Amino acid sequence: MSLTAKDVVDVARLARLDIDATASEALVGELSRIVDFVDQLQSVATDDIEPMAHPLQMQQRLRADEVTEKDSRAHYQENAPAVEDGMYLVPRVID
Amino acid sequence: MSWEVVIGLEVHAQLLTESKIFSGAATRYGAEANTQAALIDLGYPGVLPVLNQAAVEMAVRFGLAVDANISRRSVFARKNYFYPDLPKGYQISQYELPVVGKGVLDIPIGEGQYKTVGITRAHLEEDAGKSIHDAIPGQTAIDLNRAGTPLLEIVSEPDLRSAAEAVAYLRKIRAIVQYLEICDGNMQEGSLRCDANISVRPQGETKLGTRTELKNLNSFRFIEKAIDYEVQRQIDLIEDGGEVVQETRLYDSQRDITRSMRSKEEANDYRYFPDPDLLPLVIEEDFIERVRRNLPELPDQRRARFERDYQLSAYDAEVLTATREMADYFETVLGDGELADQPKLVANWVMGELTAALNRDNLEIGASAVEARALAGLLRRVHDDTISGKLAKQVFERMWAGEGDADTIIEAQGLRQITDSGAIAGIIDSVLADNPAQVEQYKAGKQQVLGFLVGQVMKRSGGRANPRQVNELLRQKLTD
Repeated sequence: MSLTAKDVVDVARLARLDIDATASEALVGELSRIVDFVDQLQSVATDDIEPMAHPLQMQQRLRADEVTEKDSRAHYQENAPAVEDGMYLVPRVID
Repeated sequence: MSWEVVIGLEVHAQLLTESKIFSGAATRYGAEANTQAALIDLGYPGVLPVLNQAAVEMAVRFGLAVDANISRRSVFARKNYFYPDLPKGYQISQYELPVVGKGVLDIPIGEGQYKTVGITRAHLEEDAGKSIHDAIPGQTAIDLNRAGTPLLEIVSEPDLRSAAEAVAYLRKIRAIVQYLEICDGNMQEGSLRCDANISVRPQGETKLGTRTELKNLNSFRFIEKAIDYEVQRQIDLIEDGGEVVQETRLYDSQRDITRSMRSKEEANDYRYFPDPDLLPLVIEEDFIERVRRNLPELPDQRRARFERDYQLSAYDAEVLTATREMADYFETVLGDGELADQPKLVANWVMGELTAALNRDNLEIGASAVEARALAGLLRRVHDDTISGKLAKQVFERMWAGEGDADTIIEAQGLRQITDSGAIAGIIDSVLADNPAQVEQYKAGKQQVLGFLVGQVMKRSGGRANPRQVNELLRQKLTD
């Protein structure tokens, strides 16, 4: 499986990576080699194997429906670059 | 050409848990911004989600209520996209293996008639936070209280054929989740939200047309209008030689149109994969059985019981059981000993005066100005002939305005019905004496005059004379 330049641009956009044209050309080859490497797994016969969703043979533990957290807003917001009226501020994301 | 409309709905029901689906933060609505957002909800590195048992149980309750398969093993997956109100950069949802599989429910489509609609699946997921674009100029403000609130996303088959059916389906979903006490069903507060997938195809065609997804449908009225608009838009487009583009559209209730949400289109690659932070959810048979044993009476069962036990029409039973609160209200009034054998009287009042007053003041029945026991107090006086049905409506209005209970108002306003034959006869005599011409006409065979004379007697009694007695006594006196 070989990737195209468009695949690389699309993946970069989905990951919010800003890559320029020169870099993307180099990345087409490099990323293709990584994908091809992983692609070797396709040669393993898996017809009789049940798909698994997690490597651990365990099941999800459930917690009781109880409120155990208290309000720590002031503490958490010390990490935020911008807050106002208790809300986190980000650049405007709607036209 | 005639067109067939094909609609499937995705309904998000916010589950009524105390705490979030993966954290111990509270889910209370209306709290101050970001005071109910714990580290897990904020997407801090190094934290691990732990699944809330109540959310799982509520999903199972829903699944059993719609006769669905409950997956013994289901898997949580990451749905990846960037948006500021989604701090982790992914939403934990379920993709290939949802907790609830295929099910069915019946929707009313006219007098006593029902249509079975397929449910494709229902899965558990977490809600995102809220972006507020108009609070701070030039910036977007984020409140993450809602982030991590448990949602059940219920996906229907494309079985709905009109906006009216879509609304009936959503009402039914709302009734079921309310009866199950897993969601409050409040669309204004967003605890029940709905997206619609809509396409049209020529009548008789079996292949589905290209669909659009409508978002932002937050009331029953908007859903109907938005779907009607979108259906017509698609038909016009095709008939003018154009093609429907698969896209997400927003309903603009102010202008009553739908418009393309272009920004969302290119982001539609969510790259789902199993969440490594969460192990598969295994639900044991005895857990399912325990939930099944504790299921409450459901809307269909209650409707059937109302028809059977109270001898109500299919329509009345449907309306009265459409919400649990309405059905509870009805049965509370009926539970008043003296009214136990008067289901039709109670039904007429609940569906008539009460519903009209609620609609007029735009209130849900839970916020009714006249409580069930108070209405029972009034209907008791109708039933024992203390007041006429007509005056009871006046008393009801006064009760609604907060003037007190039925008996107090009846006494204060002197509305007690006159059932004393002597008193009624006295009024009749005076009316007959004052209207000799009409009496002559009646005696000459003009029967219609009776109505006029009854009216005069009622008027002179201030509406309080018992109409049946007035009729009887008047006839007697005129034939004497």
